[in-house]
Amino acid sequence: MKILTANRLTDGEAVWFAADGTWAETIDAAETVGDKADEARLEAIGKAAYDNNEVVDVNLIDVSLVDGAIQPLRLREVIRAAGPSNRHDLGKQARPAAGAA
Amino acid sequence: MYRYDEFDHDFVKARVADFSDQVERRLAGEITEDQFRPLRLMNGVYLQLHAYMLRIAVPYGTLSSKQMRMLGHIARKYDKGYGHFTTRQNIQFNWPALSDIPAILADLASVEMHAIQTSGNCIRNVTADHFAGAAADEVADPRPYAEILRQWSSVHPEFSYLPRKFKIAVTGAERDRAAIQTHDIGLHLKKNDKGELGFAVYIGGGQGRTPMVAKKIRDFLPEQHLLSYTTAILRVYNLHGRRDNKYKARIKILVHETGVDEIIRQVEHEWQALKDGELKLPEADVAAIQSYFAPPALTARPEGDEAVKLARLDSKSFGDWIDQNVFTHRNPDYAAVTISLKGIGEVPGDATDSQMDAVADIAETYGFDEIRVSHEQNLILPHVARADLKAVYDALVAIDLATANSNLISDIIACPGLDYCALANARSIPVAQEISKRFASLERQRDIGELKLKISGCINACGHHHVGHIGILGVEKKGAELYQVTLGGSADEHTSVGEIIGRGFGPDEITDAIETIVDTYLGIRLDRTEKFLDAYRRVGPAPFKEALYASEAKAA
Repeated sequence: MKILTANRLTDGEAVWFAADGTWAETIDAAETVGDKADEARLEAIGKAAYDNNEVVDVNLIDVSLVDGAIQPLRLREVIRAAGPSNRHDLGKQARPAAGAA
Repeated sequence: MYRYDEFDHDFVKARVADFSDQVERRLAGEITEDQFRPLRLMNGVYLQLHAYMLRIAVPYGTLSSKQMRMLGHIARKYDKGYGHFTTRQNIQFNWPALSDIPAILADLASVEMHAIQTSGNCIRNVTADHFAGAAADEVADPRPYAEILRQWSSVHPEFSYLPRKFKIAVTGAERDRAAIQTHDIGLHLKKNDKGELGFAVYIGGGQGRTPMVAKKIRDFLPEQHLLSYTTAILRVYNLHGRRDNKYKARIKILVHETGVDEIIRQVEHEWQALKDGELKLPEADVAAIQSYFAPPALTARPEGDEAVKLARLDSKSFGDWIDQNVFTHRNPDYAAVTISLKGIGEVPGDATDSQMDAVADIAETYGFDEIRVSHEQNLILPHVARADLKAVYDALVAIDLATANSNLISDIIACPGLDYCALANARSIPVAQEISKRFASLERQRDIGELKLKISGCINACGHHHVGHIGILGVEKKGAELYQVTLGGSADEHTSVGEIIGRGFGPDEITDAIETIVDTYLGIRLDRTEKFLDAYRRVGPAPFKEALYASEAKAA
């Protein structure tokens, strides 16, 4: 299972491509895909957003669903989705919405 | 301190204007990321995991109070209230928005600072001994020469697109505190038997995936030839350095593959054509730069000894701090102070905006307005009257920066690692924090004695793990973090690269492994005066391997 991620051009914020067609600031909103055709579709969306100067550093990453929540397979992506593991007061993990979700 | 002249001001201002325009055009979509990326890197702007990162140059690690306050201001206004001092004596901010960077650079320019050449395949910020101009064991202040190199190398047209980045370090003392033998060029400022100043020149040192100790290619280069000789080295490198393979592009590989004798021949040949030309430094120019670094007027403060004696009686923690964090100054009434950015369990090298402001105030009140950043990620007050040490200590206690652990096991160098860095494979900071907490007892740390522990979260070795007495390298193995341990590295005048001791350790094993290594050392040392590194060099890896792996060898 894969999702599409990038960093927003203006401020570098880590973002994920959501099913509603926006770039969401939290990983929970990401659209997950399970086959090659959908992966290719997401890749095309990523390239278009890159070309359109919305995002940079676009990547398809591997995830799994753990109790219904999107969980990246690599620690790097876990940290990108949360914030520094040594500073829980920083990054997305520090936002009120993160706790509520 | 060096003060910008009109040229410097205009140059930095013009660069801010250029880059502001480039950012504006990027945000407007007029230039692509592929076009913009090299431009932003030339101005110190990286993209990391969570955000952009801005690396600001601190030339030879020297800051004024005003500049430190500006860094605090930037942390507060544009970032998240802190900054990270690096192993290259620079500072990094982890969260700036691209759209704010022009304003940050304009603020920096107002205090004679910038982010130029903190990235890219050019000559990077020249680093120096953090006790330069203060140390009792120094022949001369190396910073004027670092400044000459800075001026010469800034947007140098011939050396702006080298095969790879290029780092120069300068020291003015026999005791090398600038790790010059781990640099592309290391310069040791010294005097010959006639009392003239010159340099021992080392080239081809470096860390990363292929660690190499620099080779000395000249024992004494008269000071007036600094730029002609450096140019000769860079020309040879620029011409022959490998551009086909990024991993083999540093000068260390060229020196290694070509052979030292042949490199010396080529450099000397190049230098013959340059040495008496326009790069020969006129005495008056050297003197003019030196005058910027004239030491502050250190008035006699003979009451210091008595004051320190009395304060010691009053406070054991002050005494501990004096013993550990205060360094001998060339003026006996003064001392150089290490402000540890390694509080127990804290992030190595991080300082908050209010700590930066407070350090600026302390430097202004007691330290002739001077602050240094050390490559060991601490701050230094190079000139403090011994009579004022207690007041400085009390002021540092008030901002939680009085940890008395300079050169002890908790004085850890650590790169940002996977918590921030896009290149990292494993985390560094939490490992440093856990080791620091494990060895929290100052008494225990002092019993262990001098021990330099350095952690990198990837093979690029920003955390200098190769030259740690104990080095830790984080790698990713089967999707998990694994920490490889090296022993016996050193970055002083007897530089050595540490040796891998055996299989790596998981995140939940590494602190225990470090404790086992330390306990093994305590068991084998001849007495308390035999430091960890000396003991390792005497006995080699065997007892450490035995202690770490014997049980599993038996089990197998």
